[in-house]
Amino acid sequence: MTTQHNDSLLRFMTCGSVDDGKSTLIGRLLYDTKTILADTLNNIARTSQKRGMEAVDLSLLTDGLQAEREQGITIDVAYRYFSTGTRKYIIADAPGHEQYTRNMVTAASTANLAIILIDARKGVLTQTRRHSYLAHLVGIPHIVVAVNKMDLVDYDQATYEKIKADYIAFATEIGLAQARDIKFIPMSALNGDMLVDRLDNMDWYQGETLLDILEAAPAAHSEQAEAFRFPVQFVCRPHDSANPELHDFRGFMGRVESGSIAVGDAVTVLPNGYQSKVKAIQVGNEQLQTAQTEQSITLLLEDEIDTSRGDMIVKTSEAPEAVKQIEAHVCWLSETPLSPARTYIVRHTTRESKAKIGSIQYKVDVNTLEQQATADLKMNDIARVSFKLAQPLMVDSYDKNRATGAFIVIDESSNNTVGAGMIV
Amino acid sequence: MSTKQPLSHLDWLEAEAIHILREVAGQCANPVLLFSGGKDSLCILRLAEKAFRPGRFPFPLMHIDTGHNYQEVINFRDQRAAELGERLIVRSVEDSMKRGTVVLKTPDEPRNKHQSVTLLEAIEEFGFDCCIGGARRDEEKARAKERIMSFRDEFGQWDPKNQRPELWNLYNARVHKGENIRAFPISNWTEMDVWQYIEREKLELPSIYFAHQRDIVMRHGAIFPVNVPLASGELINQPKAGEEIINMQVRFRTVGDVTCTAPVISDADDVSKIVVETATTTITERGATRLDDQTSDASMEQRKKEGYF
Repeated sequence: MTTQHNDSLLRFMTCGSVDDGKSTLIGRLLYDTKTILADTLNNIARTSQKRGMEAVDLSLLTDGLQAEREQGITIDVAYRYFSTGTRKYIIADAPGHEQYTRNMVTAASTANLAIILIDARKGVLTQTRRHSYLAHLVGIPHIVVAVNKMDLVDYDQATYEKIKADYIAFATEIGLAQARDIKFIPMSALNGDMLVDRLDNMDWYQGETLLDILEAAPAAHSEQAEAFRFPVQFVCRPHDSANPELHDFRGFMGRVESGSIAVGDAVTVLPNGYQSKVKAIQVGNEQLQTAQTEQSITLLLEDEIDTSRGDMIVKTSEAPEAVKQIEAHVCWLSETPLSPARTYIVRHTTRESKAKIGSIQYKVDVNTLEQQATADLKMNDIARVSFKLAQPLMVDSYDKNRATGAFIVIDESSNNTVGAGMIV
Repeated sequence: MSTKQPLSHLDWLEAEAIHILREVAGQCANPVLLFSGGKDSLCILRLAEKAFRPGRFPFPLMHIDTGHNYQEVINFRDQRAAELGERLIVRSVEDSMKRGTVVLKTPDEPRNKHQSVTLLEAIEEFGFDCCIGGARRDEEKARAKERIMSFRDEFGQWDPKNQRPELWNLYNARVHKGENIRAFPISNWTEMDVWQYIEREKLELPSIYFAHQRDIVMRHGAIFPVNVPLASGELINQPKAGEEIINMQVRFRTVGDVTCTAPVISDADDVSKIVVETATTTITERGATRLDDQTSDASMEQRKKEGYF
């Protein structure tokens, strides 16, 4: 491990069920990148021994909560970290069993790459289809199909090629192959073949190792030029300051959700439509000339404009639509079903609006991908839903812009987050 | 821009943390920033400066003082709050003991877990609806599953099986009266990230993070600091009969209750040496140094369910 500061950062997720060797894969990545320290290793060695295992079970590294250990299951998305010296990684580890859809959508929402695990003995299964569909729906740009447990099929190339062909056929059918970058890799997470080291069991495979793929994957969510979107989080007006220079200071604080901005650019503040120019860009007391996607900044404008949290600053030349009706793919997250009669809160960027359900066009069976008519939505359902909004929202389609195409649904009485939406 | 240059990992982590702090300010009516004088909360203070200057912080700072702190850290805490010109609230476990809400089994037992009681009392006293803390997901396995905005009920309890889903960067900090949110802006940072950030931002730290000479004994296989003077002048951590006092060069990787935080042997006397040491260490941050996490496999999880941050 080096100590340099200019590493890039990649967020990825792993999809697979208990038996696919997902925990072993993560454990192996952490172990082979020397992330696991001696005391942790001693702990899992002790636990492995207690459970009567001969070798150290690396999957125990992802063991989490007491309740999970008692029940031998994984309850929730866990986040893990490792670094290679050139890149820092954040893994979202989503369990594959029940509540899978909710957990997978949660993990996918911040991931730029998904590793989809397939058991080489079993090939493309229903759950592979489900994981792939969800990764596609939530717009993960890079997919790695990892054909695992190759050691259990004698590292047979024909088995791997068959699974690869099956997957490509299926991915083409759902539009995934056309829309995303898909890579295939044979591996044995248990032995460590093709994760960090190639080892010598699969000389027929000359492609990249898993770590090579991770190191080379683009860190940015989108490679395309995106429009500038700046939802205002907080307005800074330090009028009680002893410094008279600050009496007229009015800073609009937020994160550049997409695109870039420079001092002098013409901007429009939505939904009111006021126009102005960027006077200054600051981070704390530091002055910048430009700012880009994912930077948290403070914008100062030439004109005094009444702007508050929930407004959005955009470039005048590329303003989004302000709409009071949206169509979206919704994943229902709550044990309380969606009730079409109720009013919900939609939170989109830094803005909230009351919302009523217009209609539920259909829900999708995530296993067969069939569309079915439905009157309500239960936990883990995915459906196409239209909403009527009390306040206008400034939206782009989720396909075009992840930040301004996504929203969550909040139940006003419990305050719980009950749904996740992606605007069509 | 035609080609995008992604942010470096430190810039990305910084931008994410600033975004989280501003969401707290935008969504919560009465938040507070928990500040102990430790390295993680010092990073959060720098992030808050970047998030809110030239304005004041939209929240006060608060320390839950166990009365078992290293004096250097307490002095540093007060000095830093004064330099920033921000309001510092201190509530102490010893006041809860006087009120009878904290009852110790033995007079010198570790007081970390009792902080939960004092914290909940302070939340009620001031009506805070959100506490910002410096916890990180890499510290401990129970924390690996914690949300960035983590909901607590009226009793301050964390229910790990029933957390609010958290998607994209759309945080939900809505609460009813009496409930609160714990917000963790540096959830995605590792110990290494923290040290790299301290180095890049040239942050000052309490002196006990750096190599210094200290009297210690070996107790239960750990280095145990002895005869530590408290603010009251009292000497705490008396050696037991038969223990040999050794004067050694050590530093602390975490700072907390004097009775349960152990130093490590080190000659790292500046931040860049600590960065190198962090990169090459073979022991986790809490592994050798937090004696209270070792009670059982689930001790952190248990404390968090009871209202600990």
